[in-house]
Formats: sequence, C-alpha cells, structure tokens
Amino acid sequence: MNNSTPILSVRDLKVHFPLDEGTVKAVDGVTFDVYAGQVFGIVGESGCGKSVTMKAVLRIVEPPGKIVAGEIILRRSVAGANGSQMDDLINLTALDASGRVMRSIRGAEIALIPQEPMASFSPVHTIGDQIIEAIMLHQAVNQREARKIALQMLKDVGIPIPDQRLDEYSWQLSGGLRQRAIIAMALSCNPRVLIADEPTTAVDVTTQAQVLRLLRRLQQDRNAAIIFITHDLGVIAQMADYVMVMYLGLVMEQGPVDEIFHAPKHPYTQALLRSIPTITMTPRENLPTITGSIPHPFNKPRGCPFHPRCEKSIAGKCDQAVPPLRRIGANQMVSCFLYE
Amino acid sequence: MLRFIAQRLLLLPVLLFLFSVVVFILVEAPPGDFLTSYMATLASGGSSIETEQLEALKQQFGLDQPIHIQYLRWMESLSKGDLGLSLEYQRPNIDLIGERLWLTIALALFAFFITWIIAIPAGIYSATHQNSLLDYVLTVLNYIGVATPNFLLALILMWVAYAQFNVSITGLFSSDYIQAPWSVARVIDLLQHIWLPAIVLGIGGTARLTRIMRANLLDELHKPYVVTARAKGLSEWKVVLKYPVRLAINPLVSTIGWYLPQLFSGSLIVATVMSLQNVGPLLLRALTQQDMYLAGSILLIYCFLTIIGTLISDVLLAIVDPRIRMEGA
Ligand SMILES: Nc1ncnc2c1ncn2[C@@H]1O[C@H](COP(=O)(O)OP(=O)(O)OP(=O)(O)O)[C@@H](O)[C@H]1O
Ligand SMILES: [Mg+2]
Repeated sequence: MNNSTPILSVRDLKVHFPLDEGTVKAVDGVTFDVYAGQVFGIVGESGCGKSVTMKAVLRIVEPPGKIVAGEIILRRSVAGANGSQMDDLINLTALDASGRVMRSIRGAEIALIPQEPMASFSPVHTIGDQIIEAIMLHQAVNQREARKIALQMLKDVGIPIPDQRLDEYSWQLSGGLRQRAIIAMALSCNPRVLIADEPTTAVDVTTQAQVLRLLRRLQQDRNAAIIFITHDLGVIAQMADYVMVMYLGLVMEQGPVDEIFHAPKHPYTQALLRSIPTITMTPRENLPTITGSIPHPFNKPRGCPFHPRCEKSIAGKCDQAVPPLRRIGANQMVSCFLYE
Repeated sequence: MLRFIAQRLLLLPVLLFLFSVVVFILVEAPPGDFLTSYMATLASGGSSIETEQLEALKQQFGLDQPIHIQYLRWMESLSKGDLGLSLEYQRPNIDLIGERLWLTIALALFAFFITWIIAIPAGIYSATHQNSLLDYVLTVLNYIGVATPNFLLALILMWVAYAQFNVSITGLFSSDYIQAPWSVARVIDLLQHIWLPAIVLGIGGTARLTRIMRANLLDELHKPYVVTARAKGLSEWKVVLKYPVRLAINPLVSTIGWYLPQLFSGSLIVATVMSLQNVGPLLLRALTQQDMYLAGSILLIYCFLTIIGTLISDVLLAIVDPRIRMEGA
C-alpha cells in the first residue's frame, strides 16, 4: 500500500442526537481524508463535534446519537490471489456497529487514545488486565504471550519497571504514566489509524512534550496515521502535517499545516490565529478575541454557522445557505462564500 | 487483610458488652417485672398464687435483688455461655431460641438471595435499555414494590391462595412436620414452604435494590472507561458486564451488612401474620410478658449478627474493591 491513497476517507458525515429538547446536529457534514504516515490535526472550540466525529469512525456513538448520513471508508490491504497485496475498501457506516467485522476493526485497525486519561482505565482492574484483554481480543496468543507483548508495549512507551506496573491499578500511577499506559494499550494491536483525542490536556507541559515526542516516534516507526485532536494551536503547529478546522459540526477549512498557519483563508481560522499570543507582542497587550459566543447547539444559525460572529459576512448570502467545501490551492479546501 | 479482620474481632467483645448494658436497661425499663404481669394473667384467669411460691420464684430468678446485681448475675451466666431460663416457659432460653433462630436465618438468607437474583439482572436490563417498554414496566413494578408494606402483601397472597385454590399458605411447615424432629423429609417440607414468605420478605428489598442498581449503572455507563473498553472491540455485553456492572455493584456490597439484621427484625409483622415459627413472634411475646432474660438474649443475638454482618460486608468490600483493600494495607 502506498501513501498516496487515503487510508481513511470520511464523506459528508452527519451525526445527530435527537433529544427531547430538539435535535443536536453534533456533526453536520464533515469530509476529510487521512493518509498513512500522516499526522492529521483537528482543531476547533469545545463542542464543535471533534470527539463525536471520531466516535462515529469507531462506530461507538452513544445512543440516541446516530449517523444519519455519509460514508466512512477504510482502506485495508488483503492478500491477493498470486501473493500480491490488494486494496479492499470497506464502508464502516454500512456495517453493523456491534457486529463481528466492526469489532475486528475497532481496537485493531483503528485505535483510540481517549480524551480523559485519568478516567479511561477501570479503577478496579489492573492495567495489565486491561491491556492483555485488548491483545488477546485481536491476536491469536495465549495469556502468557499476551503479557509479554503488554510488557514490551509499556517498555516502548517509556514506562519504568513495567513488570510491576502491569499489576498495578491506574490510580497508583502518576498522570504522565497513566497517559503512557493508555497510549501503550491503544498501540498494543498495531493499529494503522490512531485517534488521539486531546492526549495532552490532562498533563503538565514537560509530560506533554514527552508524550508528543513519543507519538511522533511511534508514528514514524510504524508508518501509522495519527488523527490528533486538540484545542491547542501550538501543539498542532508542532505535531500536524495537515490540519482541519471545525466549527459547530462543520469543516471550515483544511490544508497543510504551513498553509493554515501562514495563509489561512477562512475568517474563522484567521480569527483563531489572531487569538494566540506571539513572542513579538508587547506585554499586557489585550489579545484580540473572536466577538460573540458559540451559539447553543439547539438553535444553530441558518446558513454558515460562523456568520453571526464573522467580520466579513455577506448579508443575504452567508445567512441563507451553507457554503460548500471547495478546493482552493493544491491541498487546501475552504467552506466560505468569499472564495466563490 | 487478616490484621483488619483480627482487629474487628477483638473489638467484638467490647461492642457486645456495650450492647448488653443498653439491652438490659431497655428490657428493664417498663414498670413492674415478669411476676406482676404473671400474676395479672393468673388473676384474670380466676386463679392466684401463694405468697411463699411467689417469694421462691423471686429468689430463684434474683428479682428481689437490686438492678445492677441482676445485670451482673445475667452477665455471669452469659460469660459461661448460658443464656438463662425463660421465666414464662420455665425452659432454657437457648432451647427456645435455638430452632427458631435457624429458621429465621434460613428465611433471611432465602429472601436475600431472591432479592439479589432478581434485582441485579433487572437493574442491569433497565439501565442498559433505558426508556424501553420493559424499563417502564420494571420501574412501575418497583414503585409498587417499594410502596407495598410486606404484611399487606402477605395478607393478599394468603387470601388469594385460600379463596382461589383453597390452600392455606401460612407457616413454614405443613401440620405433620411442625413438631417433628429434623429429617430429610422435614427439610424438604421446609423448602416447599419457605419460598413464599421469603418472597414476601424480599419484595421490598428487591424493588429498592433494582432501583439502586439501575441508578448506579446509569451513572457508570457514561464514564470514559466504558468508551475505552468499547473502543477495544469488546462485544457490548462483555463491556457492560466486566466494567460498569462491576463498579455499580461494589457500593451495594456494603449494604449486605445491615441488610441481614434488617431482615431478622423486619420479619416480625410478617411472621405474625403468616404464623412463621421464627424469632420475631417469640421476641414480641417475651417483651410483652416481661420475660426479660429471653428478650435480652434475643436482642443480644441480633446485635451480634449485626456486628458480624457489618464485618462480612467490610471484608467483601475489601475483596471486590482494590482501592479500599490497599487503603487498609
Ligand atoms: N451523548 C450525547 N448526547 C447528547 N449530545 C451529545 C452527546 N455527545 C455529544 N453531544 C453533543 O455533540 C456536540 C459535539 O460534542 P463533542 O464531544 O464532539 O465536542 P468536542 O469537539 O469533542 O468538544 P471538546 O473539545 O470539549 O471535547 C456537543 O454539542 C455535545 O453537546
Ligand atoms: Mg472532545
């Protein structure tokens, strides 16, 4: 398999939560491609649908949430007739979410580093129990071999005295170690797509740097794709090859990291970048903020969701329809009427 | 762990001593003593008792002594493992309580197992199928179960059985076996009768436990570790049973301790209504007749069971929850 065809393609994905108070359109038409060996960054304010998009990819959206439209295509290579490798496209939205095929993909081909490392291990099962369980689920090994693999995983992510750690409980580990253990578990079955949902929000800056280096190294060693979710544009600049900017369930803009940071097209991306402090700023200067606040998910504005807060919104246009995601430049795409 | 249990066991005599003082004061508290109520009973029956006889009885039981001497005498015999004589029945208390105590424990354990066997699966179903039709049905049943006093349920069941099927479902034995010595046939007879009172006793607890299990599990189902387990590729029922159910049950384990003595004492009204030969009615009669050593012995046994029950649930809690186990270490 080469790196020029996407390993994961999401097309016009919509995930809605029908609640008594109304429907939350958590994800409302998201399209992107992820390639092997790439770090795919996703940024956006809290509640814009980053985690729900990833849960949809794994088909673990909690009820009453439902995928109401769109496709999620995973490319796998299978052995062909004459020993050659053949590509096999599989549409995850068409699978039974709790069926055997989906379960063999979940955790094995696509793995998740969950958003809250502190609470992501069960407190009454040992770390080892939980990692070994994942290994034995997807690999034909016995308990002893699985333990060996788990031990090696803990070593790989840099956990000291791994033998002892395997028999400890998550609350006996420091935040940094717990984060590493979570990463070890996600990597234990050699996934080709690794989803890291804000893997560094709960740890201090030093640990954050270590975790980021670790993810980078693992990704290069294994040629995996990493989908990296964060609020932190600094982390994105450091980690990502390609960036997608989301707002209220929609993609505003996506492109290579250099384009996004040096030639942002969408007014929302521009506003986001203005709101991070730079080294050249005079001290105590007020940071520009985005005016207005994020609308409530039940009454999303008509048209482009960002138009009420947008300085460049075009009356009679932006408040009428959602602009389609259009290609602009080689690898960059933007959803804005300014670029019609 | 062993040290923890040993500590608790060392505390046991101290607690029992404190309880024995309280129990003695309570039993002594009503005005008069056994002989006054005994004479009143005799008088209402038209007969009376000689003064010498009365004095002899008084001396025999030490009722003429001051109260602290009476207590010390009671303690003295208790420390020898002797629960004393019943004033009313003129038989050793240990014989009177003995058989009834085993029946009470058997009944309580049956009720307890019925409660858990029904409540835990029902609670799991309700939580994992929240707002489904069966969840609503179970919720309504739970309201009814919590709200119905169990003696009322006993009366209704007895009436239905009698009116519809013409069978009497009172008692723990059929009439042939009430006085019979223990035999295999008697045990079988007991098993045939015990389940109905056990259900009556357990129904309220079942409803409460189902509701708690449902609520606990609903809390746990949205925790991040459930998402982690699901993201591994485990099947849904394995995810639910291994992780959130385990954590939802843990706090319930600590209720086992006070649940058992509650079943013992809560059975009084039901036992009277259904004429069950357990400790409840015996205690009631001992209290009304001021048969103080019998009442005191029964109450002390309750205290003992409560302490043991609490110890058992503490140990269970430490076994199922490593956070508690290691805190103690
Ligand atoms: N189980 C659920 N029931 C109802 N609404 C939900 C549920 N899960 C998510 N949502 C809604 O979907 C929207 C997107 O949530 P999501 O968790 O994807 O946000 P996010 O971008 O990951 O935010 P954060 O950065 O805070 O993690 C939010 O408006 C949220 O309220
Ligand atoms: Mg999130």
